[in-house]
Amino acid sequence: MRAKNLKIFFTLIGLLLVVILLGISKGSVNIPLNSLLLSENRPILYLRIFRVFMAVLSGCGLAVSGIVLQAILRNPLAEPYILGTSSGAGIGAVLVMILGVSFAYLPLAAFCGALLSIILVYNLARQHNKINEHSLILSGVIVSIALSSLIVFLISISTREALHGITWWLWGSLQVYDHKLLILVSSIVFLGIGAIYLFCQDLNAISLGDEEALHLGIDIELVKKILILISSLITAGLVCISGIIGFVGLIIPHIMRMVVGPNHKILIPASCFGAAVFMVVCDILSRSIAPPFEIPIGVITALVGAPAFIILLKKKQRV
Amino acid sequence: MSNLLSINNLRGGYHKREIIRGISLEVTKGDFLGVIGPNGSGKTTFLRLISRVIKPLTGNIRLFGKDITSLELKEFCRQVAFVSQDALSNFSFSVFEIVLMGRIPHLKRLQSETKKDLRIAELALTMTDTLHLKDKMINELSSGERQRVLIARALAQEPVLIFLDEPTAHLDIGHQVQILDLLRKLNRNESLTIVMVLHDLNLAGEYCNRLVLFDDGRVFKEGVPEQVLTYQNIEKVYKTVVVVNKNPINSKPYVLLVSGEK
Repeated sequence: MRAKNLKIFFTLIGLLLVVILLGISKGSVNIPLNSLLLSENRPILYLRIFRVFMAVLSGCGLAVSGIVLQAILRNPLAEPYILGTSSGAGIGAVLVMILGVSFAYLPLAAFCGALLSIILVYNLARQHNKINEHSLILSGVIVSIALSSLIVFLISISTREALHGITWWLWGSLQVYDHKLLILVSSIVFLGIGAIYLFCQDLNAISLGDEEALHLGIDIELVKKILILISSLITAGLVCISGIIGFVGLIIPHIMRMVVGPNHKILIPASCFGAAVFMVVCDILSRSIAPPFEIPIGVITALVGAPAFIILLKKKQRV
Repeated sequence: MSNLLSINNLRGGYHKREIIRGISLEVTKGDFLGVIGPNGSGKTTFLRLISRVIKPLTGNIRLFGKDITSLELKEFCRQVAFVSQDALSNFSFSVFEIVLMGRIPHLKRLQSETKKDLRIAELALTMTDTLHLKDKMINELSSGERQRVLIARALAQEPVLIFLDEPTAHLDIGHQVQILDLLRKLNRNESLTIVMVLHDLNLAGEYCNRLVLFDDGRVFKEGVPEQVLTYQNIEKVYKTVVVVNKNPINSKPYVLLVSGEK
């Protein structure tokens, strides 16, 4: 069992190194790796490194956030945006555009919108100071639908051209606009993942059921609050720099669970590597399918992820 | 001083709706106590109260003289284990991983299981005769096997006291006897104190050394099976006609139901 997992980790790390190198050498202008290191090509090199880093960052963050929500909600369809994060961020962004505030505030508005909608969903689901997973999912879906409709409503009544770009943003992009923001968000994401890793045992127990976890000595209400907060911060942080990248947070945890099993001690790091590989590959595809145009990364993750997931599911069923 | 658990004037339920309405009960070390009573009499709520799932409205529960709400949760779970009815998982943990989770109350955050923990988990598997299932997935097991694995996980907690909520529900008679024989063995050989909720009066009378009959959130009768399982008590509480006889083999009481209209 241990040896098998070790092999999987080595494979994933190897794969990640390969795709990172590929990601850095691929682009709208094809420059061989060795000449990228020349000083005149430095700016391009840095640009691509940032981009690959963004892919790794969003992959890790979304996958871990998905794992946490799947365990807490005990629902296979749970994903990072299930608590209304995406539509909340969308509303924040649309408001910035409609009100004509400087675009510099867009990430902040998206972040706040995402967090506010999560707080709304959380409080709608709370009963007698306890969180029931079914009401959490329901209120998440309801708030998402209501806010998404509101987004479309605002877009259709607005005369601002810029607003039509919002649909583009909503499909996600790994373009790095703001380096300070990137540093801030990456610290949120990596510290968040580290904090979540401290709760591996709790996550294992909680995935058996709330009362089961309680009987194993886990203060479930507190642990759930902490974990929902951390995963929400990760998702909201990522939404404000890269928009909404669907599917990664849903399928990577499932795929990795099929490969390494449900034990979070192994599942979390494995999913980080798996998601990083997946995102870098998707990013390469998004840039190279129809150059010089870029296909939104969210479209690629869904188009690549869905068949990959189905193949694995079918293979698993046959065993 | 042999009182392991003492429950004093316990009242509790859900959102102010009182289901347990004043129960006092003593559990002594080595007890094999069966909690019986009709549907809605509060058996499961009682188990949830004494295992800290819900808080009592009034009254208290003392474990070795200490109020259980004052104990740290992990400390409590090192002494008391709970086997719930039909605990299922969407995720396919292996049997060994499930049993190893019984060590969580003994571990600090991020602390890995030591050799000792692995040994205790294996011992728990051996005691419940599930060692051969070690590497199977929990959702591939039959109900009887799964119940034994859940008991193994409870044993891995190394508790002095174990609560079970209808451990024989959904099992055929062969597996019912297998589970209860196992519990009796643990009670006798490992001096594990057991409190379990059972629906089947005959199994309760056969295996438990003491029974407590609940009626509407209160203790109707408490004592050895012969004192509790009388036709008067049962007809009064269950509102149905029964005949109570003696088992010809061990002269324990057994209950025959009498059907209504012919």
